[in-house]
Amino acid sequence: MQTSELAPALPALRQTPARNWRDLAIHPLVLRLVSFSIALALWEYAGRIPLSPAFPTFLETLAGLGSLIADGSLFKAFMITLHPLVIGLAISVVLGVGLGVLMGLHQPSEWLIAPLFIIAQAAPLAALIPILTFAYGIGLTAKIMTVCIMAMPVIVLNTLGAVRNTPQSLLEMSRSFLATRSQCIRLVILPAASPMIFAGLRLGCAAAFIGVILAELLITPTGIGDLISYNQSVADYPKMYAAILSIILFSVLFIEALERIEHTLFRPETRA
Amino acid sequence: MSLSPATAAPLRAIEPAPGATRPIVEVRSVSKTYPGGVEALSGISLDFPEGKLTTLLGPSGCGKTTLLKIIAGLIPHSGGQVLVDGREVTGPGPERAFVFQDFALMPWASVMRNVAFGLELRGVARSQREAVAERHIARVGLKGFEQKFPHELSGGMRQRVGLARALAVDAKVVLMDEPFSAVDEQTRRKFQEELLELVANEGKSFIFVTHSIEEAVYVSDRIALLSRRPSRVSAIIEPKIVRGGDPEKIRRDSAYLDVVEDIWQQLKHYLD
Amino acid sequence: MVISGFRLPMAAALLIWMVIWEIAGHTDAGFILPPLSRIVWRVIEIVPTPSFLDALLITGRSFLLGNVIAIGVGVPLGMVMGRSIIADRLLLPWVNLFLSAPLSALVPVIMVLFGLGETTIVLTVVLFSVWIIVLNTRAGVRGISLSLVEMARSFGASRWQAFSRIYLWAALPEILAGIRLGMIRAVKGVVIGQLLVSVVGFGTLFEIYQSHFLMEHFWALLLVLFAFAFTLNEGLARLERSVGYYAASR
Repeated sequence: MQTSELAPALPALRQTPARNWRDLAIHPLVLRLVSFSIALALWEYAGRIPLSPAFPTFLETLAGLGSLIADGSLFKAFMITLHPLVIGLAISVVLGVGLGVLMGLHQPSEWLIAPLFIIAQAAPLAALIPILTFAYGIGLTAKIMTVCIMAMPVIVLNTLGAVRNTPQSLLEMSRSFLATRSQCIRLVILPAASPMIFAGLRLGCAAAFIGVILAELLITPTGIGDLISYNQSVADYPKMYAAILSIILFSVLFIEALERIEHTLFRPETRA
Repeated sequence: MSLSPATAAPLRAIEPAPGATRPIVEVRSVSKTYPGGVEALSGISLDFPEGKLTTLLGPSGCGKTTLLKIIAGLIPHSGGQVLVDGREVTGPGPERAFVFQDFALMPWASVMRNVAFGLELRGVARSQREAVAERHIARVGLKGFEQKFPHELSGGMRQRVGLARALAVDAKVVLMDEPFSAVDEQTRRKFQEELLELVANEGKSFIFVTHSIEEAVYVSDRIALLSRRPSRVSAIIEPKIVRGGDPEKIRRDSAYLDVVEDIWQQLKHYLD
Repeated sequence: MVISGFRLPMAAALLIWMVIWEIAGHTDAGFILPPLSRIVWRVIEIVPTPSFLDALLITGRSFLLGNVIAIGVGVPLGMVMGRSIIADRLLLPWVNLFLSAPLSALVPVIMVLFGLGETTIVLTVVLFSVWIIVLNTRAGVRGISLSLVEMARSFGASRWQAFSRIYLWAALPEILAGIRLGMIRAVKGVVIGQLLVSVVGFGTLFEIYQSHFLMEHFWALLLVLFAFAFTLNEGLARLERSVGYYAASR
């Protein structure tokens, strides 16, 4: 901590005597690359010690990933995993944003419904998975429901908060220029709320991925969950790690893509 | 908007000076008590002459913004009557336009869309409203900035957008709530000079709220001094300053300096 | 909500839902969702049993230990990232990655590395909670106002004084918020860990109740867990407001 005393707080000081090579060396992209290389090198090294027989090296994992891709099992697994994920997420987004907007605009429904979601947000809802299995069997429905209960609370509460937090002066502005209630909602409240709604959607997506993996590990092994637990049971650790690595990378890219879409479609001011 | 016919007797606490134009806005013993019992205004009566700029001036927290928003129809009054152009105010109306202290621009919309917003709400066709908006953007000196977004503009430029938006709906009365308080001193002086020109050329009536004595005296045809809460009108001042010619001269005019000093002497005892 | 001038607290809405639950429990759905009253009785019945207390002890221990580790690692790491731009650029991508990654997929890795025991549960708790603590601490340190820093320097504060009297307090509201969010995630982590390991703490009970179709027992356990999570959240939020009362006016 002592090395860069006050550096983040005093940007002006930080920029004065930097030479070109130093600028380049601390460029975010360069450092990100350095960071990932160090981590992968450490992984490789730890695997070679070996840290544990159940800890393959990075290169072994990469080879495992290669063979999973080559025999088509990874692609097949992803298709199976994405099925409940996409359906569950679609339901959660439509229902969640709808409920959030309704509660934000209509106080009695907020009073009635919001407490449920406030509890759901704090509660470990994963513990409901066995009950969902009882209720809906071990098929697709239980998995979709798992995704929904994991993803919905954060989407609902973010949307509610977003609608509630519309700046007072914008509301007054639209009233003073004679906006009708529906114009005010369409042209002011929803656009003003959209950044926070989208933040909720990203969090909901992350929770949905947690949910779908959990469902596949707990209900019946299918898709990526099957790849993980099967390879774990036959001690084919490189393939097990490869499956985990692939789903983590996929979810991160998925959420990143969502953010890109948000910016290109809905946020003209951020592109200017 | 309910019409109030001629039943209302000309009940004026302060008679306008003989020969003055008829008042465009009449405030008749208006009081405002907030829920919780805070009395902001107690029986204020005030006339606003047509085609002039009238300023509400008073110590901070004296309810001048409250009175302005009551005239705008943004907050309901607890007693009394507000007439604009002879009709009783029950809510916002097309003959009044508001300029907000914090600009109240929509961050997701371009300058063009912000300025045209009032017309958009009234269902004016796009090409038509954009033509009107373009004219007013040029009028406030923002030609070339039509496609910029608010965050790309300085504070002063943002308030120009707010002003253009209010002018674009062609209201008879422009209500300005401390419009220059969030811009720097130089920009502020420039604005004040432009405002004088606007009052002289537009043929609109302006109601202006400020806590700056100099600003009030510089821009106003008529100043209503408000006392501390619960607010009443403590004095009406008509600075007889010769406008026209060099706006810079006014600030050195002895009449101007005398009025400033006079108001300061009256307001001084409100400070503890 | 206000009905004819009378303010109904939000918690009152929960009473309505409890009644709905009770009624639903007496219909056909009662097989999956037993009436609330019977579940409450079941809570009173199972809480004093040794198996429950045993599970509670193990779960509580791993929850606390996991949180201590997460705070002990997360807060200093966040401070380093807030103060050093190089550390920040090296570590931030990882923090962001783990913050949104499906961590449930990583639990099997912990399981094969550390076995099916308490260690795995503790590490799962850390894995779930540490990242948000890092990110919030970093934001808190970065948000320290420049004029406060300059004030401390102009009055001749030493480094240690500046740190202990200014930095820590200026960043405290964010750090506390991070710890609260971390603990909420930790509750989820401890449950997910025990669901997957299923031979430790509540995991054992989940397994027994599930395999014997003991719905009332299962719901009783859920009720205890949910009530704990909610109380924890509310309690921490209250603490946050009383300690960080100056948060809004920094």
